[in-house]
Amino acid sequence: MSAVGSLPFVVSMLLVILGLYALLFKRNLIKMVIGVSLIETGVNLFLVTLGYRTAGVAPIYTYAPATTVRVLPTPQALTLTSIVIGLATTALLLSFAVLIYRHYGTLDVSKIKELRG
Amino acid sequence: MRRALLTAAFLLVAAFLLFAAAEMRPFGEPAVSAMDDYFIDNAQIDVAANNVVTAVVFDYRGFDTLGEATVLFAAVVGILAMFRRTREDER
Amino acid sequence: MKTEMSVIVRTITRCVYPLILVFGFYVIMHGHLTPGGGFQGGAVVASAFALFLVAFGTKALKGRLNPHLLQSLEEIGALAFLGLAFLGIGTAFFYNILAGSGSVFGGAVPSGPNPGVLNSSGTLPFMNWAVGLKVMAGIACILVAMLVGSRKEAEE
Repeated sequence: MSAVGSLPFVVSMLLVILGLYALLFKRNLIKMVIGVSLIETGVNLFLVTLGYRTAGVAPIYTYAPATTVRVLPTPQALTLTSIVIGLATTALLLSFAVLIYRHYGTLDVSKIKELRG
Repeated sequence: MRRALLTAAFLLVAAFLLFAAAEMRPFGEPAVSAMDDYFIDNAQIDVAANNVVTAVVFDYRGFDTLGEATVLFAAVVGILAMFRRTREDER
Repeated sequence: MKTEMSVIVRTITRCVYPLILVFGFYVIMHGHLTPGGGFQGGAVVASAFALFLVAFGTKALKGRLNPHLLQSLEEIGALAFLGLAFLGIGTAFFYNILAGSGSVFGGAVPSGPNPGVLNSSGTLPFMNWAVGLKVMAGIACILVAMLVGSRKEAEE
């Protein structure tokens, strides 16, 4: 098994697994939002490591060294989009958490199901 | 009982993710790169830009940037709508 | 966050805040030459605004900031980005009609590694400014809405 050769992919999947754990097994709303943010970070890291070429430099021509091996630019462009969408999602989730706390008085998910305000 | 089922499902998904990540292509050899080779070779001729990533984001793949700007706008409008002060609150 | 922080924090914020603004505008403006661009520079300028809010509190915003102006700035950024996309509609949507044509930003770039040419790459600098304005005003709007909105609740 070439696990050592593909270590960056394993590390990004570890981040996703940590985020899944925080999302499934925690009861506080803020901890669940942190779990969602961890999942998004893991996926962004996985996207960036997909486009690496061995001994390559950044695909920028300003003051570049005289090599001919450059890293692929398309995964970096898609990761930019993904980071901004993660920002928008996290902002909306936190606003919902503020509204829920204002209405129910608690941030515990199991208690929110019981009180019918 | 529900807790045991949840733990089993989580362990199954974690094992699947780790196994899939370990069996991927070796790090540093992309599968196909014909489109990106065209971008790297011709971005200075078509777009006249030194930064190939910005050329990809705003020129070759500008439609995705339009969708992202729309998502950001929708999020800002949604948050402003949630924290609006109506007439009943001020009384 | 009505209360403001101590004198040391306020003085250092007054010194550092213009430097962060200059760096943010540099990252936005040179997006077609060095790493960066609209989204990254907009986030840097928004972090300067967040530093101002933390150090001075929301009390300092009362007479100075018009929230309708902030939202209008974001909408102007979005509409400018869309208008620039329609500029080359004769050939295709999002066609870069100003690149290499000799008008506003239409210089040519020598191929291979070179020190950058600022007068190049067509509609890219305009799009960088539009997206940077949009991200700046959007994040500032979100921060002001969440801070002022949750403060109102705590006073009731």
